[in-house]
Amino acid sequence: MKSFTKITGLVAPMDRANVDTDLIIPKQFLKSIARTGFGANAFDELRYLDKGEPGKDNSSRPLNADFPLNHPRYQGATILLTRENFGCGSSREHAPWALDEFGFRCIIAPSFADIFFNNCFKNALLPVVLPAEVVSLLFNDMYACEGYQLTVDLQEQCVIRPDGQSYPFEVDAFRKHCLLHGLDDIGLTLQDAEHIKAYEAKRRVSAPWLFDTAY
Amino acid sequence: MAGLTLYDKLWRSHLVLERDDGSALIYIDRHIVHEVTSPQAFEGLRLAGRKPWRVGSIVATPDHNVPTTSLERASGVEGIADPISKIQVKTLDENCDELGILEFKINDRRQGIVHVVGPETGACLPGMTIVCGDSHTSTNGALGALAFGIGTSEVEHVMATQCLVAKKMKNMLVQVDGELGAGVTPKDVVLAIIGEIGTAGGTGYAIEFGGEVFRSMSMEGRLTVCNMAIEAGARAGMVAVDEITLEYVKNKPFAPGAHWDLAVAEWRELHSDADATFDRVVRLDGGKIQPQVTWGTSPEMVLPVLGAVPNPDAESDPVKKTSIQRALEYMGLQAGQAITEIPVDKVFIGSCTNSRIEDIRSAAEIVKGRHKAASVALAMVVPGSGEVKAQAEAEGLDKIFREAGFEWREPGCSMCLAMNADRLEPGERCASTSNRNFEGRQGYGGRTHLVSPAMAAGAAIAGHFVDVRQFSATH
Ligand code: SF4
Repeated sequence: MKSFTKITGLVAPMDRANVDTDLIIPKQFLKSIARTGFGANAFDELRYLDKGEPGKDNSSRPLNADFPLNHPRYQGATILLTRENFGCGSSREHAPWALDEFGFRCIIAPSFADIFFNNCFKNALLPVVLPAEVVSLLFNDMYACEGYQLTVDLQEQCVIRPDGQSYPFEVDAFRKHCLLHGLDDIGLTLQDAEHIKAYEAKRRVSAPWLFDTAY
Repeated sequence: MAGLTLYDKLWRSHLVLERDDGSALIYIDRHIVHEVTSPQAFEGLRLAGRKPWRVGSIVATPDHNVPTTSLERASGVEGIADPISKIQVKTLDENCDELGILEFKINDRRQGIVHVVGPETGACLPGMTIVCGDSHTSTNGALGALAFGIGTSEVEHVMATQCLVAKKMKNMLVQVDGELGAGVTPKDVVLAIIGEIGTAGGTGYAIEFGGEVFRSMSMEGRLTVCNMAIEAGARAGMVAVDEITLEYVKNKPFAPGAHWDLAVAEWRELHSDADATFDRVVRLDGGKIQPQVTWGTSPEMVLPVLGAVPNPDAESDPVKKTSIQRALEYMGLQAGQAITEIPVDKVFIGSCTNSRIEDIRSAAEIVKGRHKAASVALAMVVPGSGEVKAQAEAEGLDKIFREAGFEWREPGCSMCLAMNADRLEPGERCASTSNRNFEGRQGYGGRTHLVSPAMAAGAAIAGHFVDVRQFSATH
């Protein structure tokens, strides 16, 4: 897995609450059996004025000029600033895949939906929870100042404004460790294979029906 | 020591290991797989040279992408017109065949929506930990199980290790006492709950649904309620095991045979202890719940059918105010408009929320002897599985719908998320028994109103939303 330690990058807005994973990557793109190729259609319904389809040539589609991520000033952004409950709805990991491919490394919001939050860590896309007032303040900063950048330091667990002011955030010790070192979850879990086998052996005795293979 | 909640008990009995950093390994008993979120996981396993830890724990079926017309279904996978969908369904077949995973293929009578198939076959049982790469896996919690949706990386993780790295969630009790009024269904109950706590209200919690309303609710009703726990932000929703649960599970094809008594003894413990404590308790009066209709683009934007569309100017919170404005604009509604004045273009009865036999019966009851309004372009019923379809046909329900001008389809997710050909056109308005009314969910530019099967049927007949309670009384 990729690692995440510290980034300084351009901030772009997604100024609404309850952004769901259907909005991040619409369902018609989920037909793909690959893990890549979703970035070009991230936020498809907001980015373009027509309906996107897999295989369609995006370069000839009409862009929505009102959508901030289409504005020149936000091109190359690596940090997405957004509101409450980001990533709600469907469990599709295609959402973090699409955001990652679009170029984001970090998302800052007052809250995230649980499954999306979890999926982000699997893809080295760091979800950062900051208090709603701080997020509002960062929104104001960003709108006021073209080229606005923030620094996100995972080791120190803080977001740093250009004026040096820093805001701490929480992160699970285990997830932090995996992300800092780019560790593969499965490999780590398999180091505990003996524990898993021991658990299974016990359950086979106490709850044998769980292991029936009648079908 | 304080007593344990149902969730605490399920968590404990599946704990393989607790690490110092607060994370834990929990063992997964049942893994349900569908075509959309699994291909990359199978590929990942293959690339790493890994094999499934316990093939027998996995059950698969294609549902999201399968067509629902009998014409397209007649020739199985090869008959899928959309070439990309076909590849995805075929990929699932190939992966399952190669690894020896039990799969209910496209025209197997047991095929259907994952969350309908699991409980109905007995593949999902009380006391189990159940995962699937699909957020509505919470449905299975109705059995007294710990069931939740996972992402594709976790699908791969569970296949490879039979475990998940997890952190214990907090406990929430949603207690609904009293008695539901006539014409008020489990769907109305769960929509009312979401209206109360909001779509992020359950974030970080496992919700237990308790109280008189759930105690007397059928198993299928409980499945509907737990299905939408995720719409309240909770990954898992659950109901304690009781006689209704045991009666439901008994004689299911994959229910424990020889071990039945042993299993029941364990399952009878699956309820919260009397002195258990919850981190949050929410109470609703069941007697006050009315039939519900969502008016906006988030399930929390919901109102009793006799209500009126809200006015954004009445909202002081600026973020909420813009949400309301944006929703009204997208939905093409005016502030103050009565819900019963909203006309519908299409009606969809189906999805993992409301496509079981009781749902189909309840819609049929309203439809019987009537005809859909001429202004309704399409009213469709999509049973949740081949088993549900066969049962409905045995009861003659398909005829009732056909005579009323409805289409009777083959099982699958269909217009719930419109990955196949069933979808709304831009601007079209739908009364839908599904679970999400997000922008574009049922088709680009489509407008979704979430309702119960009876309310959807009523809207199809009247051409606009109606209070089914009055509707039934007038006939
Ligand atoms: S019916 Fe809808 S919500 Fe349920 S699994 Fe299918 S797509 Fe998801």
